[in-house]
Amino acid sequence: MSADTNPVPANELNANPPVDGAELIRFEKVTKRFGDNTVLDELDFRVDSGKHVTLIGPSGSGKTTILRLLMTLAKPDAGTITVAGDRLFPAGEKEVREVRKKIGMVFQQFNLFPNMSVLRNVTEAPVTVLGMSKDEAEARARELLDLVGLADKCDERPSRLSGGQQQRVAIARALAMRPQVLLLDEVTSALDPELVAGVLDVLRDIARTTDITMLCVTHEMNFARDISDQVLMFDSGHVIESGPPEKIFSDPEQDRTREFLSAVL
Amino acid sequence: MNWDWSAVGDFMPHFWDGLLVTLQALALGSLIAFALGLVWALLMRTPTRWVRWPVGVVTEFVRNTPLLVQLFFLFYVLPEWNITFSALTTGVVAIGLHYSTYTMQVYRAGIEGVPVGQWEAATALSLPVRRTWTAVILPQAIRRVVPALGNYVIAMLKDTPMLMTITVLEMLGEARLYSQQHFQFTEPLTVIGVAFILISYPASLLLRALERRLVR
Repeated sequence: MSADTNPVPANELNANPPVDGAELIRFEKVTKRFGDNTVLDELDFRVDSGKHVTLIGPSGSGKTTILRLLMTLAKPDAGTITVAGDRLFPAGEKEVREVRKKIGMVFQQFNLFPNMSVLRNVTEAPVTVLGMSKDEAEARARELLDLVGLADKCDERPSRLSGGQQQRVAIARALAMRPQVLLLDEVTSALDPELVAGVLDVLRDIARTTDITMLCVTHEMNFARDISDQVLMFDSGHVIESGPPEKIFSDPEQDRTREFLSAVL
Repeated sequence: MNWDWSAVGDFMPHFWDGLLVTLQALALGSLIAFALGLVWALLMRTPTRWVRWPVGVVTEFVRNTPLLVQLFFLFYVLPEWNITFSALTTGVVAIGLHYSTYTMQVYRAGIEGVPVGQWEAATALSLPVRRTWTAVILPQAIRRVVPALGNYVIAMLKDTPMLMTITVLEMLGEARLYSQQHFQFTEPLTVIGVAFILISYPASLLLRALERRLVR
């Protein structure tokens, strides 16, 4: 999709938006073990470009592992993973580096760089990885920080911010790399309850105004219902049910899904 | 025991010479210990066993043999292979090398203390390995270890008198020379004793203050 056919400000955030609806992420028979524990067992699933997919399920069911495999923070034991047609696993180090640039991640614990200012957290990767000029990177970083409501915090150290503010900086930092895919790993789990809404509002905004594909692990079922096009229910390393949120949340087919939802809702 | 103030006055010019040499040896030795210790620590993290193994053997050897033996070896044995340095250079190299095997462990602890989330964030942003080290990991690791490195500077200060044994005229060397020439031991030895505590005690207070600021 070229810039002129796309009216949403997504172009600002997303360098090369792929054709909407085309397959972007594919897992084929992906197995991941930690010791004797098989976390993912020959998992197959796909995510189409531009979609917002939420992974739900009991803890230990492998949701976070999927995000970590995509971000190359862990390696599968078997299977193949492709992103936008390019192999992520198995693949050589050089290919992995290229594919990785299309993916951004926001972590449960924020993981901001404490030795850098808020602004530099956001400009560091665009300057050193994308080769952007410092001025351009800073101008964009200020826009992104404005988008997450923190334009006035550019010069602060992350440690001076609240958890919710830190997480919003982390979102801006991930977006600064113009990812095609944004991975959100329980991004509100470490926050005080009163700070959750601010972070979720920012993410809703991004989900609505951009065509970034979002893959989201969360325990915030209302948020999942709001932003998701598709919800995948995980149990013991398998997808046991998937569908649009209206269906999964109000009329799930599997007993296991119903049990899980009644426990968390 | 007689205390002779005029002997103190006579000794002072020699004392200043010795102090200068002590501080030179300390400053240069510290630089070597800081730089080389970081190199050792980074080499010990390379994936190749063929790098880690020899570095491990050499540094264990240096750490577990006395500094005095190393000084003598560098000063008396190397010239037999036609490698000669001045006494001060030899002393600085020996003390820096010896202490680098301690600072490497300090750096290692500092590097391991950086949360794994920092590495993961760097990977998620596609930062190259070198940039991850220089911009993310080392600034955080070194900040944590500044107080521990400072403790080794104080320890090195107290080891500088060993350089006397290879003819370097640092503070103790000057004091001994003066004593032997004038048969007055009390005054010069007291002066340098006071000098050591005037340097090392404020330095350790400074480090404690630094520790409160740098280490959360």
